[in-house]
Amino acid sequence: MPAPVLPAESPASISGAQMQPVIVFQDVSISFEGNTVLDGISFSLERGETKALLGVAGSGKSTILKLAMGLVKPARGQIWVLGQEVSAMKEEDLFELRRKIGMVFQESALFDSLTVRDNVAYRLIEEGVPEEKLQKRVEEALRFVELEHTLNMLPSELSGGMRRRVAIARAIVDQPEIVLYDSPTGGLDPVTSTTIIELIVKQRDVYHNSSLLVSHRLQDAFTMATHYFDRGQNRMVPLNGAPVDTRTSFLVLRDGKVIFDGSAHQLASSRDEYIREYIS
Amino acid sequence: MELISPTDWTKNLVLAIQEWTYLAARSIGNVFRQPRYVADTLQQADLIGVGSLPIVVLTGFFTGGVLALNAARTLEQYGSLSLTGQLVSISMVRELGPTLAGLMVAGRNASGMASELGSMKVTEQIDAMRALGTDPSKKLVTPRVVATIIMLFFLTIICDFFGLTGGFAVSALGLHLDAHQYWSNAYQSLEFGDVIIGLVKPLLFGFLVATIGCYYGLTSRGGTQGVGRATTQAVVAASIMILAVNYFSSQLLLYLLK
Repeated sequence: MPAPVLPAESPASISGAQMQPVIVFQDVSISFEGNTVLDGISFSLERGETKALLGVAGSGKSTILKLAMGLVKPARGQIWVLGQEVSAMKEEDLFELRRKIGMVFQESALFDSLTVRDNVAYRLIEEGVPEEKLQKRVEEALRFVELEHTLNMLPSELSGGMRRRVAIARAIVDQPEIVLYDSPTGGLDPVTSTTIIELIVKQRDVYHNSSLLVSHRLQDAFTMATHYFDRGQNRMVPLNGAPVDTRTSFLVLRDGKVIFDGSAHQLASSRDEYIREYIS
Repeated sequence: MELISPTDWTKNLVLAIQEWTYLAARSIGNVFRQPRYVADTLQQADLIGVGSLPIVVLTGFFTGGVLALNAARTLEQYGSLSLTGQLVSISMVRELGPTLAGLMVAGRNASGMASELGSMKVTEQIDAMRALGTDPSKKLVTPRVVATIIMLFFLTIICDFFGLTGGFAVSALGLHLDAHQYWSNAYQSLEFGDVIIGLVKPLLFGFLVATIGCYYGLTSRGGTQGVGRATTQAVVAASIMILAVNYFSSQLLLYLLK
């Protein structure tokens, strides 16, 4: 992989009054059947920031997303999302909060008995959005992922890449404040992976949501840090010195602990042996 | 096969009962909470009720027939062949109708619920539903529980009727009993308590079938193999619970209606 052109650091742009954290993990630990998956991890995600979670398989990346969503509870520690402590909330109270968060699952997790239209519209149907408005928003979301022609198809009739794109459309249909991506390019060919990453960059640069992105593909994360979505050209283009802040940071996990949390520059210049080996 | 210590086995059993109780309680509590998924409940009622109709009709008919056939051999020895209708009627309405309809619905629907919800669970569709702000116990469990309770109640009545019809077919065609005698005997022998017992049981069985099917589905893990295991366990557990609850509810109801 060619060395990525990294964006210039702009500390002034990543601080300020509007940079309130939307997700905060404080000393969070969780175990499954006696195996410690996360061991006292702490980090925060600022408003408008995209954080790529990196690590080998089984390092707990997907678990972080499920913890943030309140789908699993930590054994220890506190998790704050949009100002609410999800680690202390009851399941019934979490549904309201989850409506402000979009999540793209590893294997898409589309409802296989519903059409693409009903999958994307699911949240809107539940909220009782009027039919006309609902149809418009579903078409907008599907146009965003360039799949408006699949409206009446079933998930089983779509390719893996198309299913991921529908999952993205479902996650962003009502423009949530936070979007969580769980290995959105996992198992896809390089061309389709780039299409998915382009959509995520487009989502980031057009709607300015905060997001956590789990990936085991380092090149995906670097592409996000080194590219921005050009609305004029309607495609993702490299920064190449453009004065654009991609607001993308990196968090690397190892053996259930955070061993790196910082910018692409800091990651590329890290002297940690494991990180050097990981990014080489 | 992995060996499990008695302590762990007991702990797992207690945990399973606790989780099932929680799910069952929530499924009933959801009836009184918004949102209510009426369309899903009607769809489930169609799947469970209309879908189970043929097997319940056939089961009732042939059970009533074989009951008449066997009863006649014994009653004939005492010169009481005319009581065949009474025996078929009480047996079907009080015990066999609810139990057989329950077992048939358990075999067909508890397995269906466990496999459907199990597949959703292992493909993360349940998590996706939670992530989209929908409570799976409201959207998936309560409609199935309500639909099963209501439809099993009516299926039991249909099973009872076709059991009596099966008994009548054997009595009239095989034993040459008078039709009027059979039906009047069958009708007059039924007391209020028999009918109440026969109609309360399907409510209990419907609740058990749906909650057990949903519980095993929602707790399945381990891919397609896990879904298969959950399906089998759901049918076995629901069938055993129907037979056990049938005995205890008979005892209790006979005592209360004495």
